[in-house]
Amino acid sequence: MLTATNTDEGFVVFDRVQKSYDGNALVVKDLNLDIAKGEFLTMLGPSGSGKTTCLMMLAGFETATHGDIRLGGQPINNIPPHKRGIGMVFQNYALFPHMTVGENLAFPLEVRKMGKSERDEKVKRALDMVQMGEFAGRRPAQLSGGQQQRIALSRALVFEPQLVLMDEPLGALDKQLRERMQYEIKHLHERLGVTVVYVTHDQSEALTMSDRVAVFEDGRIQQLSSPDDLYERPENSFVAQFIGENNKLSGMVTGIKSGVAEVTLDNGSKVSALAVNCEQGSRSTLSIRPERVTLGGPKNKNTTEAEVLELIYLGDHIRCRMNVHGNEEFVVKVANSAGHTHLKAGEKTKVSWLAEDCRALDA
Amino acid sequence: MTDTSAPIVTADGTPLKKKLDQAMFRSRRNAFLLVAPLLAFIIASFIIPIVVLLTQGVYDSSFRKQMPTVATFVADWDGQGEPSEEMMQAALTDIVVGLTIDRSIPTKAAVRINREVSGATSMIKKLIRATGKWKIEYEGKEQRLSDVFRNMEDEDDSGVTLLDESERRAIGVTLAKAVIAQEAPVKAKMIKADKKWADIKYWQAMKVASKAASPAYLAAALDYNYSHDGEFQQRDEDRRIHVKLFWRTLEISLIVTLACLFLGYPIAYLLSTLSVRSSNLLLILVLLPFWTSLLVRTTAWIAMLQAQGVMNDLFVVFGLAADDDRFSLIYNKTGTLIAMTHILLPFMILPLYSVMKTIPPSYVRAAKSMGATNWTAFWRVYFPQSVAGIGAGALLVFILAIGYYITPALVGGQDGQMISNMIDFHMRKSLNWNLAAALGMVLLVFVLFLFWIYDRVVGIDNMKLG
Ligand SMILES: Nc1ncnc2c1ncn2[C@@H]1O[C@H](COP(=O)(O)OP(=O)(O)OP(=O)(O)O)[C@@H](O)[C@H]1O
Ligand SMILES: [Mg+2]
Repeated sequence: MLTATNTDEGFVVFDRVQKSYDGNALVVKDLNLDIAKGEFLTMLGPSGSGKTTCLMMLAGFETATHGDIRLGGQPINNIPPHKRGIGMVFQNYALFPHMTVGENLAFPLEVRKMGKSERDEKVKRALDMVQMGEFAGRRPAQLSGGQQQRIALSRALVFEPQLVLMDEPLGALDKQLRERMQYEIKHLHERLGVTVVYVTHDQSEALTMSDRVAVFEDGRIQQLSSPDDLYERPENSFVAQFIGENNKLSGMVTGIKSGVAEVTLDNGSKVSALAVNCEQGSRSTLSIRPERVTLGGPKNKNTTEAEVLELIYLGDHIRCRMNVHGNEEFVVKVANSAGHTHLKAGEKTKVSWLAEDCRALDA
Repeated sequence: MTDTSAPIVTADGTPLKKKLDQAMFRSRRNAFLLVAPLLAFIIASFIIPIVVLLTQGVYDSSFRKQMPTVATFVADWDGQGEPSEEMMQAALTDIVVGLTIDRSIPTKAAVRINREVSGATSMIKKLIRATGKWKIEYEGKEQRLSDVFRNMEDEDDSGVTLLDESERRAIGVTLAKAVIAQEAPVKAKMIKADKKWADIKYWQAMKVASKAASPAYLAAALDYNYSHDGEFQQRDEDRRIHVKLFWRTLEISLIVTLACLFLGYPIAYLLSTLSVRSSNLLLILVLLPFWTSLLVRTTAWIAMLQAQGVMNDLFVVFGLAADDDRFSLIYNKTGTLIAMTHILLPFMILPLYSVMKTIPPSYVRAAKSMGATNWTAFWRVYFPQSVAGIGAGALLVFILAIGYYITPALVGGQDGQMISNMIDFHMRKSLNWNLAAALGMVLLVFVLFLFWIYDRVVGIDNMKLG
């Protein structure tokens, strides 16, 4: 819904940003990122990939070693954090323990020298927004994790910033609560139309919430695209492996014809795959999603022998681990429906997939 | 809902509550057994000595033992009018008996009276000298009283005690009776020996001294006189020393606490923000003073601060002081303040550091992200969370400072002395342990009072020591 229109583009811009803490290693290497106004952008990546560092540079608590960061067209490298007007939700919530919930929320308004009645009004509205109206008099320590999270959220929003940064805000919550909060944050974002930069290392969180996801690895953005693109059209093997479940096969590209690559696998057999990120004569990693593999379907070029190694019953589907082209970790999802044949471990069967569902990526 | 009136029972039928009590008792007993050795040690080495010493501040039965006859006599006396012949005889009896038992007893009694009114020592000494010349029939021959006492042997040649105390007392009583029988009336003779015997105020002093449990020492510790008729009177302006000293102790302790806070807070903050490696190094520097003896550090300050010392030399070099008019930085209050601040600084830094270390940087960041300036973020968010450390550090430094003793003794000169130096003086020099105990008691009550105020204002639960 909130895809960027042209006028809003470039609300937050990272322009060739680099960051080093110790002068030896670059933690962020050449970061280029355009975030549109009203967008929900998630930075996703493994631990230590530099997500928090990027957020901190944007908030002003770290300075970029090289490059420009622009907010609404203005370079902000020299603007101190308190003048940037960016709301922030921290992983541990950072609710001030010596203030009540109400005082916590009033704090950003107070430092803006807002009058008392206006302040109370806004605090009340912000608390109602997260259904925490009757908790204004409590201390943060008297709240549950989920409640603290909501307060932190409404505190970051109460002064109506244009941009809100969230650094793994749901990291400390249990799975169920986390999922509920994901929806609440998502709905708040839709209602208020603020720009959100969200950091997580939970891929399902990233996929459910975001307009666009930037996958970080080793200080670089590996891929920046919408959640469905990220899952269905990964551009390199890191993203394919990191997002969702993935089957890997590796081999040598022997030819590329009209976008379809011929790959000779390490065990000698040949398969054809969509040439996404590979060159003729070089090695490539093929990526196939488990649900795109069919059992006993119509024969095609990629049909091959498979030996069932293990079956895991998961209710609606059965995870079937098999040996395909010598890869013993090859997983196939078999729908648990009436029409399907029931497999047994040790059994031999035929599997196949379409060439366009198999992506030939970098090695 | 279950019926609450019926007791819940465990599987074997005993009521749950009883079972729980048994389990609780066992765990409490185990906990007690674990601390029992330490408890015994503390009781024996700390609590009992303190209680014993402190009681001396309000309980002193020495005079009663030294001059029992006088003590019983003055107890019923109304403290008015001329001293009577009976009183004089009682005093003479006690002195003779005292001298027979141990020749130092009357002098000790004199010291006790002297604490209430000066001049009592000479009064008794003169009487002993005068009566010593009196002749008395003893062991079959006429001899001077002083010789009787001198010849009363303590031990035979092989070291066996010849007479025990009760035997001596019996001898003393016979002797006293004989003396009085021979010399009565004694009043005039005693007044002749020293006319102070006629002065009623010495007898009133003996009346005060004869009370074992009395607030006399406590009154003295607060610069009051406790008179024989049970009234308190403030001492003359020039004899009020203790209250002034208590105030000065309080003043020095407060200044030192504040100075430690102002010097220590930024250091602790720095320590808590640095990386582990550099903060450890800095922490070692902070702790370094603990590795040198207190005495060495204090004497180092003498070398630094004295008139010809390093600091003054620097002042002269930079033209801040004239060579012949150097600052007096030591042997006065300034010296005490400087040296004590330095010595107590780690006690402020460590609790502050341990509290600040636990304040995540995200709080200040959150405050700044919400628009607070550096100062507002510090004052409204960081500082309130460090109050626990300030409370702990300040209380620690203050309580250590209020009882500080070696440093003021070495660098304090006259006006840098504190109450503990006075206590020390009475413990070791004047040997007035009772007054020392009374001063200690006042100090203790004072500290407990401050502690109570602290608890009311800051709350002791808010204190974090580490
Ligand atoms: N203040 C710092 N000083 C030195 N190095 C740092 C500092 N903060 C982070 N780093 C380093 O920078 C790299 C990236 O850290 P960052 O916190 O940005 O990772 P992250 O992607 O947020 O990871 P996580 O998912 O675990 O939070 C890490 O290797 C980390 O060790
Ligand atoms: Mg992080």
